[in-house]
Amino acid sequence: MQRDKWLFEISPKNNLFDLNLKEVWQYRDLLMLFVKRDVVTLYKQTILGPLWYLIQPLFTSIIFTLVFNTIAGISTGQIPPFLFNLAGVTVWNYFKECLTATSDTFKTNEAIFGKVYFPRVIMPMSIVISNLLKFGIQLFIFICFYLYYYFNGYEITPNTYILFFPLLIIAMGMIGLGLGMIISSMVTKYRDLTFLVAFGVQLLMYLSAVMYPLDLMREKLGNVLGGKDLSWIVDLNPIAHLIEFSRFILLNDGDYSTFGIVYTTLFTIAVFFLGLLIFNKTEKTFIDTI
Amino acid sequence: MKDDIILKVENLSKQYRLGTVGTGTISHDFNRFLARIRGKEDPYLKIGESNDRASKSESEYVWALKDINFEVKRGEVLGIIGKNGAGKSTLLKILSKVTGPTTGTIKSNGRIASLLEVGTGFHPEMTGKENIFLNGAILGMTKKEIQAKLDEIVSFSGCERYIDTPVKRYSSGMKVRLAFAVAAHLEPDILVVDEVLAVGDAEFQKKAIGKMQDISNTDGRTVLFVSHDMGAIRSLCTKTIMLDDGLVYAKGQTDEIISEYLNKSISSQSAVLENSKYIEWIKVYNQESDNIPIINIGDELILRIKFTKKINIYGSIDYCFIGFENEDQRRVLSIATHMDRSFNGIFDSEKILECKIMNLNLIQGRYKLMLAIGSKNENIEINRDLIFIDIHDNNFYDNGFKINKNQGFILEKPKWRNIEVK
Repeated sequence: MQRDKWLFEISPKNNLFDLNLKEVWQYRDLLMLFVKRDVVTLYKQTILGPLWYLIQPLFTSIIFTLVFNTIAGISTGQIPPFLFNLAGVTVWNYFKECLTATSDTFKTNEAIFGKVYFPRVIMPMSIVISNLLKFGIQLFIFICFYLYYYFNGYEITPNTYILFFPLLIIAMGMIGLGLGMIISSMVTKYRDLTFLVAFGVQLLMYLSAVMYPLDLMREKLGNVLGGKDLSWIVDLNPIAHLIEFSRFILLNDGDYSTFGIVYTTLFTIAVFFLGLLIFNKTEKTFIDTI
Repeated sequence: MKDDIILKVENLSKQYRLGTVGTGTISHDFNRFLARIRGKEDPYLKIGESNDRASKSESEYVWALKDINFEVKRGEVLGIIGKNGAGKSTLLKILSKVTGPTTGTIKSNGRIASLLEVGTGFHPEMTGKENIFLNGAILGMTKKEIQAKLDEIVSFSGCERYIDTPVKRYSSGMKVRLAFAVAAHLEPDILVVDEVLAVGDAEFQKKAIGKMQDISNTDGRTVLFVSHDMGAIRSLCTKTIMLDDGLVYAKGQTDEIISEYLNKSISSQSAVLENSKYIEWIKVYNQESDNIPIINIGDELILRIKFTKKINIYGSIDYCFIGFENEDQRRVLSIATHMDRSFNGIFDSEKILECKIMNLNLIQGRYKLMLAIGSKNENIEINRDLIFIDIHDNNFYDNGFKINKNQGFILEKPKWRNIEVK
């Protein structure tokens, strides 16, 4: 009789699509405070501090340049190989950090989630946002090398599409967040996935054309083991498209396909919402199964 | 009338799966999934047993809560009691949305906030002030609300001087005070408090309970309070619910429910004192046997008390005091080691203290024991409602004559005789 009079209701099953975004909005201050916490506490008790975020991509790029360009002899055209790799690594790192850090959200925050309620999705969201800082630092070092090569006579110019770069990063973050949320939801019950993520991310890096041009990869995969065409692996990998596209707008190198853009956009939206749905469904009872 | 009810719990149940997550899990999940796509009920909801820890269970599934129904009125302080494992914490977890119910609903007309543990989400590297904001936001306050109350929170915590120092430099006491200060300034319509609050020193407990009284009395907000401390429940709560094995065993006025709880939960013969610092256990014997004692009026009664190692550290215990309370909560007998100075021993964890009452002439009935230890006429620790003793009337006068409870508390077999008149 007074069915609709209640302001709040806790019941076992929510509508699958009841994402409670209004509630997330109410907790926006918490989101910002978590981001602030991550930023403030990032370099506490380390000697090199933010330098760590420079060392990792620099050394990775050096190794890639040595292995893939010097030893294997892959050509990067006009672009200095080191800068080519650094661009790939920088963008890839943001995705990787987002994915790995969000993929064990439930496990690492078990203590706090078990004590108090707030929309759980705040946690992975704050990770993705605070990772932007690390990305910013890495982008800064990329720009430094960019200018260095530029003043040393290399013909590198960004593309006019550079305006789309923020969108590209948002897409990276959304895919990382979406996949991370799906994985973290499943990790609550099946811990096996943590092992899978660790080396799965590594494998994905090789399939995402981080250290070689996408065209080259597509071409080589087009004829594997006696004529089998495996180039679909590249075409179906949205991360490969994103990395290639970011190199296109940063270094004006390579190309993009309309298919790649449409496919990647759809994939991003799909995986993000799927992640939200699964995460939302898990957050209610994960504390019993973790 | 119905506007009065702020919280309504309907048929609330929670099922847990026992054992570990292993290969069985995936097949059960698959069966559940099959049932769902065919539009059938979850096959594992039908099974499951009530939550009795002691008995060995046949089923893998257990109901931590089963068909809980109750209502809370606005401004009411509801106590929730029950022995360990009765489902209190599960109920609180569902109320505070940490976990969802298996079936049933909770409906409320106000914001629920829980104080399951103070200091959730404190980050040691951040300063006191930053942590106030973070902790407040975790508990559901907005930045604005916290900003408005910041001065109040800081002064309540008494940590002004350290407010810009990282929390890792705080003493544990300061951390608790800061955390409680944040929590105390939360303004939900319904506050859920677990007894974890009761850790901390006596002053802190007093402050916490005082604050909770304020919340319900002056602000008219609703509080749900879970505790094992009957004293706190009695002083705070108007109504109480007793849970047992996941079911609502009794609900009603606090005093009635507490006495029901005590009658049900405290045992005869022996008790292990989990909450006591100095006393490990107390046991009741009649004669020197280990058998379940049946104590009749006038029998010998032996009480044995084992102390913990802490008593050796404390050192200067002077006396041990035992009180008998009857069913009307009235003390009918007090005995203590220092009263007649006949005890020359020591209080030591290596030695069991024995008290032998030669003729226990209390009238038949149920008596609850309280046990205190102290030093220099001051009690250091008081343990109430430890254990009960049933005293039976087994033909005390040898002729079948029975005395009833209105005729006194103590029975006596006096010697009657005539004295010749000279």
